[in-house]
Amino acid sequence: MKEFGAVAIVIIAMAVVPLLAVSNVTLNFLIVALMIALAGQGWNVLGGYGGQYSFGHAAFFGTGAYVTAVLQARYGVNAWIAFGLGIAAGALIGAIVGGLTFRSGLRGSYFALVTLAFAEVLRILASVAPITGAGVGTLVKLDLRPASLQFQSRAEFYWMILALVAIALFVTQLIERSRFGVWLVAVRENEDAAAALGVNAMAVKLIAMIISGAITAAAGCFYVQYFLFIDSGLAYGTWMSIEALLTPIIGGVGTVFGPLLGALVVRALGQGAQLIAGGEAPGLDLVIYGCILVLIIWFAPRGLMGGLSRLRNRLLFSASAAEARHG
Amino acid sequence: MLSPAILTAAVVNGLLTGAVYALIALGLTLVYGVLHIINFAHGALLTAAMFAAYFAYRVLGIDPYFAVLLLAPAFFGIGYALQRFVIGPASHGDDRNMLLVTLGLAVVIENALLFAFRADTRTINLPYALNGIDLGFAFLPLPRLIGFVTVFVVTLALWLMMSATDTGRAIRAVAKEKLGAELAGIDVAHIYAVTFGLGTACVAIAACLLIPSYYVNPNAGNAFVLVAFTIVVLGGMGSVLGALIGGLVIGVVESLSSLFLGESLGQIGIFLLFIAVLLVRPSGLFGARA
Repeated sequence: MKEFGAVAIVIIAMAVVPLLAVSNVTLNFLIVALMIALAGQGWNVLGGYGGQYSFGHAAFFGTGAYVTAVLQARYGVNAWIAFGLGIAAGALIGAIVGGLTFRSGLRGSYFALVTLAFAEVLRILASVAPITGAGVGTLVKLDLRPASLQFQSRAEFYWMILALVAIALFVTQLIERSRFGVWLVAVRENEDAAAALGVNAMAVKLIAMIISGAITAAAGCFYVQYFLFIDSGLAYGTWMSIEALLTPIIGGVGTVFGPLLGALVVRALGQGAQLIAGGEAPGLDLVIYGCILVLIIWFAPRGLMGGLSRLRNRLLFSASAAEARHG
Repeated sequence: MLSPAILTAAVVNGLLTGAVYALIALGLTLVYGVLHIINFAHGALLTAAMFAAYFAYRVLGIDPYFAVLLLAPAFFGIGYALQRFVIGPASHGDDRNMLLVTLGLAVVIENALLFAFRADTRTINLPYALNGIDLGFAFLPLPRLIGFVTVFVVTLALWLMMSATDTGRAIRAVAKEKLGAELAGIDVAHIYAVTFGLGTACVAIAACLLIPSYYVNPNAGNAFVLVAFTIVVLGGMGSVLGALIGGLVIGVVESLSSLFLGESLGQIGIFLLFIAVLLVRPSGLFGARA
């Protein structure tokens, strides 16, 4: 239960932030960072715990976003229902892509390539299909009422995305402590060995992909409610696929808090770079993301969480060593 | 409605384009065959090489076909250094890490180009770009004809190198059995880097062949590499012959499908073919079962 306590403490601490009279700019920064964290939490379930590295998580983000936007804008569906269906659509895409690829036994390089290709196909389709608004994109009508899942203040949006992140944190913690989570890690470490011991590797990976798709789609649904607009580049562009895998890798792959920590760090660095470059500097933030990705894998393969736990161990060790000397 | 003349012209054009696709795919398949990973930085390196060829012509006045002789060794060096001093040490011998590092490099290269040159599209005009040979049923533009011939020369040279030199033998040994090759005294890290360098040199040559008839912008390489992925998957990962035939086939398919379906749907056709091949026969048409 201690782990669930840690999740609760982090969430409560973060929930207080809007009450501290922070500026709208800061709040906006945190909202976007939490949204990226949510997308990364989705990636982490499949990639971090399951070892299946997807290079196309934009497929889920974009599908969630488009379903939420199109249902509201074209069919007048209530925002709450559209939001739920958007998440369901993400899970469905996860089931389809996962079912097809895992059944064909695609792993490693091939899996990364197929997921990337699926995201690209969806991007091209969305940029020509009339239902998505083709090149123009889809606008959701401004209607600032909780009934249509839009809020007057930034603080309320902040709590909404924080609640979604909290749910994802609890889900991840549940997975980590469950039998399913153990199977998933076993598949990551050695799929053939896990299968030989009776783990249904195909089913385990498929379920992980469905959960992963649903969580990342939720980030896309939130994107639409917050910005009220989506087009094919925003929905299915490579930037989202990159950020979704970057945040858990920087924070710590296969750890509960990794994506959250990673998202805050990544976003802060991206913003900092834009500030230093002053005004318009297209691509500079992504140059920095790419460098961090390479450096983290190079020097801290377990991410910031790994670094933190190593630091803690060293402190504990030196403390007990000192005690032993004096005692 | 469509005269045979238009159809033949489309097929010939497809073959000419397909040859350059094949060269890009050759670099990709070579790296996969030896390192067993997909190099996601391939497209970004192609874009970088296209910029290099562009500036070589614009600033230094070097003809792109002559620039091959300078850029191929230069990019061999870049590829060698990237694998030896960045990708290799950074990935700690783990395939998943290697994928991520090449992805990271792709993001860095592409966006550094975007930052430096903005999203502007650039072209060069060679004085002889419009010359060509008229076969009666089809017109062969000179630049693309040179490209076609060059690809076959390069492929032949590569094949000779692989089968007749010590380095080629070492590369094949590492591809087949890494540990055994290491025990036999082959420096695996060096061979990995040589292979990566060769793959990058292929991309540099392709860039020089492309620049006279295409444009360059920070995204230019991506379109070609997605096609190259398809070719490599179609031809079988690691198969040189597969890459060559696959390239020609895809060139013709693309040319015909954009004739019948229009540009953007033609692109989707290639992707769908790609996904279908991956799902049905991931080892490709010529590759051995993985």
